[in-house]
Amino acid sequence: MKCFSRYLPYIFRPPNTILSSSCYTEADIISTVEFNHTGELLATGDKGGRVVIFQREQESKNQVHRRGEYNVYSTFQSHEPEFDYLKSLEIEEKINKIRWLPQQNAAYFLLSTNDKTVKLWKVSERDKRPEGYNLKDEEGRLRDPATITTLRVPVLRPMDLMVEATPRRVFANAHTYHINSISVNSDYETYMSADDLRINLWNFEITNQSFNIVDIKPANMEELTEVITAAEFHPHHCNTFVYSSSKGTIRLCDMRASALCDRHTKFFEEPEDPSNRSFFSEIISSISDVKFSHSGRYIMTRDYLTVKVWDLNMENRPIETYQVHDYLRSKLCSLYENDCIFDKFECVWNGSDSVIMTGSYNNFFRMFDRNTKRDVTLEASRENSKPRAILKPRKVCVGGKRRKDEISVDSLDFSKKILHTAWHPSENIIAVAATNNLYIFQDKVN
Amino acid sequence: MFARGLKRKCVDQEEVEEGALAGFSSIPSYSLQRQSLLDMSLVKLQLCHMLVEPNLCRSVLIANTVRQIQEEMTRDGVGRGTAPQSTGRAPLDRLVSTEILCRTVRGPEAGCPVPDLGDGAIQGPLPELYTVDSAEVPRSPQSSLWEMDSPRENRGSFQKSLDQIFETLEHKNPSSMEDLFSDMDSSYYDLDTMLTGMMSSSKPGLCDGLDSFAAAAPSPGSSCKSDLGELDHVVEILVET
Repeated sequence: MKCFSRYLPYIFRPPNTILSSSCYTEADIISTVEFNHTGELLATGDKGGRVVIFQREQESKNQVHRRGEYNVYSTFQSHEPEFDYLKSLEIEEKINKIRWLPQQNAAYFLLSTNDKTVKLWKVSERDKRPEGYNLKDEEGRLRDPATITTLRVPVLRPMDLMVEATPRRVFANAHTYHINSISVNSDYETYMSADDLRINLWNFEITNQSFNIVDIKPANMEELTEVITAAEFHPHHCNTFVYSSSKGTIRLCDMRASALCDRHTKFFEEPEDPSNRSFFSEIISSISDVKFSHSGRYIMTRDYLTVKVWDLNMENRPIETYQVHDYLRSKLCSLYENDCIFDKFECVWNGSDSVIMTGSYNNFFRMFDRNTKRDVTLEASRENSKPRAILKPRKVCVGGKRRKDEISVDSLDFSKKILHTAWHPSENIIAVAATNNLYIFQDKVN
Repeated sequence: MFARGLKRKCVDQEEVEEGALAGFSSIPSYSLQRQSLLDMSLVKLQLCHMLVEPNLCRSVLIANTVRQIQEEMTRDGVGRGTAPQSTGRAPLDRLVSTEILCRTVRGPEAGCPVPDLGDGAIQGPLPELYTVDSAEVPRSPQSSLWEMDSPRENRGSFQKSLDQIFETLEHKNPSSMEDLFSDMDSSYYDLDTMLTGMMSSSKPGLCDGLDSFAAAAPSPGSSCKSDLGELDHVVEILVET
């Protein structure tokens, strides 16, 4: 496995944060990270409803070591806090997910969502502006037509590059529960949004209606025992999607079978290991994230303690299971008490589907090489990383004697958790969100 | 960790030793821990239901945990006559920090009732379990947390709370917030007392809250059996039997 040994000097801090590692507001906490399809752009969303887009700099010949660093490209407020007067309910502005649309012209499009509303944003550059209109005055007000005697043709004049973000569509009022996932379909015309109990299918052009494709809400809410935790479209087959549940199962549905995909096509579930059974079994088996591999052959799921890789052709058990932080198994009671057990860790594939990455506590994140079966624990922290320093693998000591450089389970900081990470679609560049900081690590190539 | 069902399997030497150990060292009983986990879960549910729109996934997982514990308690209650309860034998050391019971030992003369569990092995540690700092629970030690005023009423409000949680989740009734708080009455204050107890707990550590719960919770032995009717009812509501 290649190790990520070069640390780019980018620690992203929102502009209104004081530059001290301990000082940040709740709004600055990064809640999602996503590369676009080429890897040229990287978007983050935060709890304050802001989206920050980073752009990779072009390679420069005279500064070889500065190849491809990411700089802030655009920042905009995607969602604002709202109040639902009917339900007497505050709607948070927190960005739950961002998904990029494939680029089709000079502009970039992305979907961002909070708990209730999905928005389609267009991000475009402008380096010229039209000048010489005489139909409007300097402040943009229309002149009295009677005063206009000639018609002037405006000319385009160069100006400083400006990146504009404009909301193109707002998909609202379709979710009663909290949206946990959005996924763009491979037909690029539709996308889905999933909340705790329902999944809706949207056309990008139509904002006033969506099709409900999954509904697991029982007629009587007292019978509710299971919720949808994540959902994603197949990367190549536009009729196929999967969704995961709080009971640790994954359902694959085929939209050709029926309009409402209440009946799944495939059902992935691993039988419970009786030796590990406890009152927390169901909670820790709840799936927090599901991702198709780029090839579309495999599905990866993250539960509280493990990452599993499933072959689409085998439903009865995963083909690979990786322990993320098995040393927490003996601490489940405390983790239940302090609610950490409900943390939703995400997981990502690398570009070739050979390595998977997911987060843990204490600002640690883990990588698993599927071919060599090697794994590594790395740490995203300011204190331990200097620009261009080599990331040292970290070890958590489980019982017995603690060796130098090891950290004991009891001294892990459970408030520093890495929930969101992203992997460049074709290169070994990763983005890791650690509370209010974004770390970008790059494989040593030159 | 709570190893469900294990404790009723055939008794091997190790288990016997562990059980015997439980009599002397300070290992809390399985059923007591189960009870404290149940109490903690119920508090979590109660807190969920104070929110207009709680995290549904979390609420469902906690409600399922409550259901699971209560089902097991019901099963235990049924099997009590035939299978002797061997509460000390579960692999408790893996569950909660064992310091739970490392408290000042106070004898039954301190006003703590000695519960009759019908199991000699755990008679020893129980008085310790009952040691309740009077600062944490200001009322008489006999009245357990859930039974401070009228037990019937309290349990009733828990059943109600489960109902309400799901009702709240459904958002059908925008005015339900008011009812919700007006219904809180006694159990709400109990909760408060308990949380204050948690805060004032002098020992640091994650399981301290549980600790106070364990100390304050009703004895599973003495009250569990009488609770079963009510628990059944809660389970009934939950599983809609």
